[in-house]
Amino acid sequence: MSELAITGFSASYGSFRAVADVGLTIAARAVTAFIGPSGCGKSTLLRSINRLHETVPGATVSGTVTLGGEDLYGRAVDPVEVRRRVGMVFQRPNPFPGLSIRDNVLAGVKLRRHRLAKAAADNLVEVSLRAANLWDEVKDRLGKSGTSLSGGQQQRLCIARAIAVEPAVLLMDEPCSALDPLSTLAIEDLMASLRQDYTVVIVTHNMQQAARISDATAFFSTDGPRQPGRLIEYGPTTTIFSRPAEQATADYIAGRFG
Amino acid sequence: MSLTTDRLEMGPVAGSASAHSGTALADPSAPLSGVPYAGLPDPGLPAPRPRIGLATRRSRRDRLAELAAQKTAAGAGWAIVVILAGVLVFLLVQGWPALAAGADDLPAHASDFWTLAGPLAFGSLWASALALSLAAPIAIAVALAITQYAPRRLRTALGGAIDLLAAVPSVVYGLWGLMTVAPLLARVYPWLTAHLGWLPFFAGQPSASGRTILTAAIILALMVVPIMAAVCREVFVRAPASSAEAAYALGATRWETIRLAVLPFARSGIISGAMLGLGRALGETMAVAMVLSPTPFLVTFHLVESSNPNTVAAFIAQTFPEAHGLETSALIALGLILFALTFAVNAAARRVAARAAGK
Amino acid sequence: MSTQAPAPDQMSLSTSALLPTPAAAPDQTSAPAFAFAQVAMSASSHVPAHAAASPGGRVFPALTGARPAWRRRFANRFAAIVAAAGCLAALIPLGFLLAAVVSRGAARFDLAFITQTMRGVIGAGGGALHAIVGTVFITAATICFSVPLGLAAAIYLVEYGRGKLARTVTFLVDVMTGIPSIVAGLFAYALLSLLLGPGVRSGLAGALALSLLMTPVVIRASEEMLRLVPDDLREAACALGVGKHRVITQVILPTALSGLVSAVMLGVARIVGETAPLLLVAGFTDSMNLNLADGRMATLPVYIYSQWQNKGLDAAAYDNRAWTAALLLIGFVLILNLLARLAGRLFAPGAKRHARAS
Repeated sequence: MSELAITGFSASYGSFRAVADVGLTIAARAVTAFIGPSGCGKSTLLRSINRLHETVPGATVSGTVTLGGEDLYGRAVDPVEVRRRVGMVFQRPNPFPGLSIRDNVLAGVKLRRHRLAKAAADNLVEVSLRAANLWDEVKDRLGKSGTSLSGGQQQRLCIARAIAVEPAVLLMDEPCSALDPLSTLAIEDLMASLRQDYTVVIVTHNMQQAARISDATAFFSTDGPRQPGRLIEYGPTTTIFSRPAEQATADYIAGRFG
Repeated sequence: MSLTTDRLEMGPVAGSASAHSGTALADPSAPLSGVPYAGLPDPGLPAPRPRIGLATRRSRRDRLAELAAQKTAAGAGWAIVVILAGVLVFLLVQGWPALAAGADDLPAHASDFWTLAGPLAFGSLWASALALSLAAPIAIAVALAITQYAPRRLRTALGGAIDLLAAVPSVVYGLWGLMTVAPLLARVYPWLTAHLGWLPFFAGQPSASGRTILTAAIILALMVVPIMAAVCREVFVRAPASSAEAAYALGATRWETIRLAVLPFARSGIISGAMLGLGRALGETMAVAMVLSPTPFLVTFHLVESSNPNTVAAFIAQTFPEAHGLETSALIALGLILFALTFAVNAAARRVAARAAGK
Repeated sequence: MSTQAPAPDQMSLSTSALLPTPAAAPDQTSAPAFAFAQVAMSASSHVPAHAAASPGGRVFPALTGARPAWRRRFANRFAAIVAAAGCLAALIPLGFLLAAVVSRGAARFDLAFITQTMRGVIGAGGGALHAIVGTVFITAATICFSVPLGLAAAIYLVEYGRGKLARTVTFLVDVMTGIPSIVAGLFAYALLSLLLGPGVRSGLAGALALSLLMTPVVIRASEEMLRLVPDDLREAACALGVGKHRVITQVILPTALSGLVSAVMLGVARIVGETAPLLLVAGFTDSMNLNLADGRMATLPVYIYSQWQNKGLDAAAYDNRAWTAALLLIGFVLILNLLARLAGRLFAPGAKRHARAS
């Protein structure tokens, strides 16, 4: 039900077209990786899925993105609600400064002014932090500032924060690129378990990472600088990495460009 | 609890939304847009939890609040536009009648409005130019000292002290200039006329009170320095460090480095800062009104005589409390001229700054 | 230019050495690359290439070739002296001013000064209570006008502003910043005399004039503070499915709070010493007036002016009162500036810490 279908999709910043004519279906409860050289529009496409792209001045989109059959860009659809259903984790961990670990997890719920009984809040904090593999590390210091954690812990806190509003989809924009190898490993482990509940889409520059954690891989590329990014090839990760159909995919995976 | 009710709402909304999209793609393995797709291995999990109802999840109140916030913010933007338009309109409406007024109705019994305005505009420009020529070298030296010479710890203190100059209210400058500076300078001026009297600026009989346009300009300069120094500091800091390093690497001294790698980048910033300072000096009222002892309609370049030209702002402040009828109109029209002058100067400063930022 | 013979007056020399001539300005607007080429060329013109290329940190005799070394050393030392002299030229008058205000203001710095008005006082005695109260009232009214408007406009410019209106508002705020204070007073007078008839004087009119001066300061300063809030936070909150108004009120404003407090205090410091507009529209009185909407209202800056302007027989008593009022006023302004700085500093490290952590 919470599969994502993207059809005939283009996204632009002003007159610059970042992504052109992309179509793919992202399976529910699986990890899908977007790979490709810098500037190929994969991050823009990711940010279009939760309609964060349009918050940039001058940004426009065309085409459709559906989640479980519903058009996310439909006229009656509230973009704020889309973002609530499609959570996002950013490249750099960005917990709210000044908020405790607990309050960071509850931020999404509290900011929406949902009233939550203490017990329910406690439960939500624990469930979310457990789901983010962070509970055991922080359960004794939930009142401490979120920014006091290490980078990897902060990133998992951000994942917990995203999970706490119960999204159907989790978008991750190079979530490990600012982290050390050990923290990266922790996040990758986490993604394997997140797959059981969420539709996970991850943008990564690290092809080993894509090969390790994803079920399906989409390869994007451009014809050159200032050219729009296009979807070149999409399929099960094993196929993309062992028997790519396109020469460009093979070249990129072999490290010949990008 | 909201988190559990979220999942219960479904039905008509979901139906309408998917009907709207019209492109529900049931089969994930169907190839799309000609991209080869071989299908995914079934992870063997039960179907995901349904999450439906995008169109109506948020309360109407919350969405109205969002809209209201946006409208309020934009309203504040519009308010700024309206207020400035109001300033212009009200000054025009109230000042207009003075342009046609004659000697009986105008302040100081001027024969017509322009006879009144001309010498005052000259006085404003002359006093501001004097103040700027005193302030500019000091401001640049201060900015260089703070950004290039002073040890790191002294920088903050020095910057704070200079900013203090800007914090002193102009009426206090006026009081100080009038009671302390003017008597002091009154003793210097005879020496100036005696030794530099061959310069037209210092010709004539020196003022005994010291309340001359040069005194006013010195006080004004003190008020201009912090403004210009602030702008200069900013541009000096922004000069690319790589150029300075390149100059040092070629064996340049500190001063040569500043001259070669800092000042050229800062030139338009310095000019823009000087213009901003000029705008401040033009509009400054109280210090001049208190320090200067003016003579009506006078246009002179002499700096230390007891008869001095007046400035627009000071004239308004001195005359307004006792003015009525068309006199008030004339003063408002003078205010409009002052506004136009400062606007032109500030606009020029912005143009220069923008060109510097754009390059 | 640094090779001129030393003049008796360093001030005038620093003028010729450092003042950029307007005629030279157009050349300087060329590309930085060109300026850099100038640097490299003119620097190397007196540093032979082999000197720069030689190994080791020794001083090479070749450096003295094109220009005598003492000249360069002298120019270097001289420039530093000029910079120091410039600082002294600004700081010495400041010191004298503060000393004069403190020493001459001390004469009447007593309890009577802040507990009595000038009602019925001729000659010595009396105080400035009515002026202090007037300043507090008018400042409070000005804050009520300017802070909501300024804050909302800053939020508009930072969070919503796109397109033509935003550009226009940015431009107009610049224009507003440059409005001479006396013109603000004339505006308030022109507006109110159209509405209420000519000759109007009231505290509210003064507050109206001061709002015109304070609003752009509040907008500029809070705009700067709001832009310091990292975009990360906006996106993080946005991605949690939070409405924009809640992102602003719950995330951005609290994060920038102390910065915004500092912006407001900077604005107050800007207007609390303003004299000219109040002289025009709030006027002056010797007695207490607690009604903002009606009648003349004294303020501390206008009090200073009028004590000097309308001296009675015992001139020294009037002068002393003026100086004491000046001392009080400078004290107010300095405390406000100090508090604004403190509040701003409270905010800045938080923003930096976040930027580093992420």
